[in-house]
Amino acid sequence: MISVNQVSFSVKGRSLVENIRFQATTGELWAIVGANGAGKSTLMKLLTREHTPDSGTIDFLGKDLKNYKLKELAQLRAVLAQQNNISLSFTVREIVMMGRYPFYDASPDKHDHRIAELCLEKTGMAAFGNRLFPTLSGGEQQRVQLARTLAQIWEVKGGYLFLDEPTTGMDLLHQYETFQLAKEMTIKGFGVIAVVHDLNLALQYADKVLMMKDGKALSAGTPETVLTEGNIKDAFGLSVRIIQPESTPFPVIVPDTAYKNNVENINSL
Amino acid sequence: MTETIRKPYRDTNTIPALKSGRKVSVTGAVFLLGFILLGCVIFSACTGALPISLTELCQIVLFKSGFAETAAFEEQKSLVFWIIRLPRVCLGVLVGAALGIGGASLQGLFRNPVADSGLIGVTSGASLFAILMILFNARYFGIISETGGAYALALAAFTGAAFTTFLVYQLSRFTGEGNVTTMLLCGIAVNAFAGAITGLMTYMATDEQLRTITFWNLGSLGGATWTSVTAVAPFVLCTVFFMPYLSKALNLLVLGESQAAALGVNMNTLKKQIVLLATMGVGASVAVAGGIGFVGLVVPHIIRSAFGPDHKIVLVGSALGGAIVLTLADTVSRTLVAPSELPIGILTALLGTPFFLYILWDQKRRRI
Repeated sequence: MISVNQVSFSVKGRSLVENIRFQATTGELWAIVGANGAGKSTLMKLLTREHTPDSGTIDFLGKDLKNYKLKELAQLRAVLAQQNNISLSFTVREIVMMGRYPFYDASPDKHDHRIAELCLEKTGMAAFGNRLFPTLSGGEQQRVQLARTLAQIWEVKGGYLFLDEPTTGMDLLHQYETFQLAKEMTIKGFGVIAVVHDLNLALQYADKVLMMKDGKALSAGTPETVLTEGNIKDAFGLSVRIIQPESTPFPVIVPDTAYKNNVENINSL
Repeated sequence: MTETIRKPYRDTNTIPALKSGRKVSVTGAVFLLGFILLGCVIFSACTGALPISLTELCQIVLFKSGFAETAAFEEQKSLVFWIIRLPRVCLGVLVGAALGIGGASLQGLFRNPVADSGLIGVTSGASLFAILMILFNARYFGIISETGGAYALALAAFTGAAFTTFLVYQLSRFTGEGNVTTMLLCGIAVNAFAGAITGLMTYMATDEQLRTITFWNLGSLGGATWTSVTAVAPFVLCTVFFMPYLSKALNLLVLGESQAAALGVNMNTLKKQIVLLATMGVGASVAVAGGIGFVGLVVPHIIRSAFGPDHKIVLVGSALGGAIVLTLADTVSRTLVAPSELPIGILTALLGTPFFLYILWDQKRRRI
């Protein structure tokens, strides 16, 4: 369990994250949503200990996050960053194997290789194992990085997965597959915390949603209570309508104003 | 839609455990390079103003080690081999290994393909201190010269290398958050400063001193003796043995500093370890052999394009590769214009540049 207690973080007097508190348990998929610059990535960096909070505490699995050694953390949680540039010609398989590094000393055994292979399969990249990473497309690279992240916590009981915009550059099918995979992980007993831009994905897959605005938590709770027309208007400045199509089991968020304005603009010409 | 998304679960044990997919394994590559190095060492030991044949070499070694009863070779050849040739070859191997592994590790740390030990101030610092020594030797450093003997210059160069690197490291912590980009920039700044002072000293030097300075900067293995070999060996061997332990961390660093930290790499410790080890090896090498350019830059690229970018092979491979290149270059440098000698730094840059350009062209061709 991660419990975030009144965490604040600022850089040069500019407050990036302010008084955030929430508790995420294993088996839950948390989506962090908000406009650009709302502090989502900063919060992720605080949760993964890339930054240390100015005030407040983050409790990770019963111990203060800052009391962990980096090596211990590497065996408890995996992080997928927003940007992943690799210029050296590593093969896809070698990149995924890096996820197993915290678990062996000199060289990986068969078991490590199998996990790497399985994770490649899970992200639909099994056929790309021998390809050179820099030659892949952006979405494919992201899927390989996801596979590496999975390989890192594959065997950790009650481990956590931190995904900062995991679907960047992915096509429609793989966006859904990624969240399907994240959901599967929560069912297997992992905790997943993801920064999500697509509110519909958050609505469909998340168990809990944290909505941020200007570094503060605007609302937190189940998707139905957080992702309301009013909250979205407040956080993003965009009017939306939440409709319930007959053919789908879940509601759909559609922008309200953009289309209307366009039509008005065209008519006025 | 769910049909395409859901995939059947597979038991982990039924999955084939495929290896990295490279043609040559790490052990294979190390053995290959090791054999080439052995060949080069033997070739270099046999070649020179006084040629020694392979059979003679065997007999010389066997006699010395006590396996052969009679000395079936000329006494002069034995002396040349034990006193002149072998220490020089050993020094070449040590210096080359240090330059190669130093360059490879710093390229990894800075995530920059043009980095080498010159960037953190090792070479410029050593050069500056050596020149100061040459210039003021007679007047002020009489005491050091007396105690250090012929090694006063080497001692000064090593001190300079260590001091400048320490300065670069501290400055990067002082001016920025101590990330590797700041360190790179501090290195460039300190190098420029050291270069300016070196220029000033050159301006003040006499003609005789200028000649010494020029030759020191071009590098040479001409001063090789068993004493210099034993002085350099501990530093270089320390670097070559301990650096490979950092190869996993260097691989993770390829993913980026924050991703490496998420996988358990402590950047501060790693940076300290690499800078310390690289400075030790390269500083000691520069101290005895002067500034030998291009080996630290080119050799890691050759290894990477031949065996892949895994630091497990890049680090050890660059040490072996650097040793191979320097042994060969030194053989050429002392035979090409015999009985005189060509400074080895000229050769490494002269031969290294076209080869480096070829690698760049080849990499581009392969990517397309």
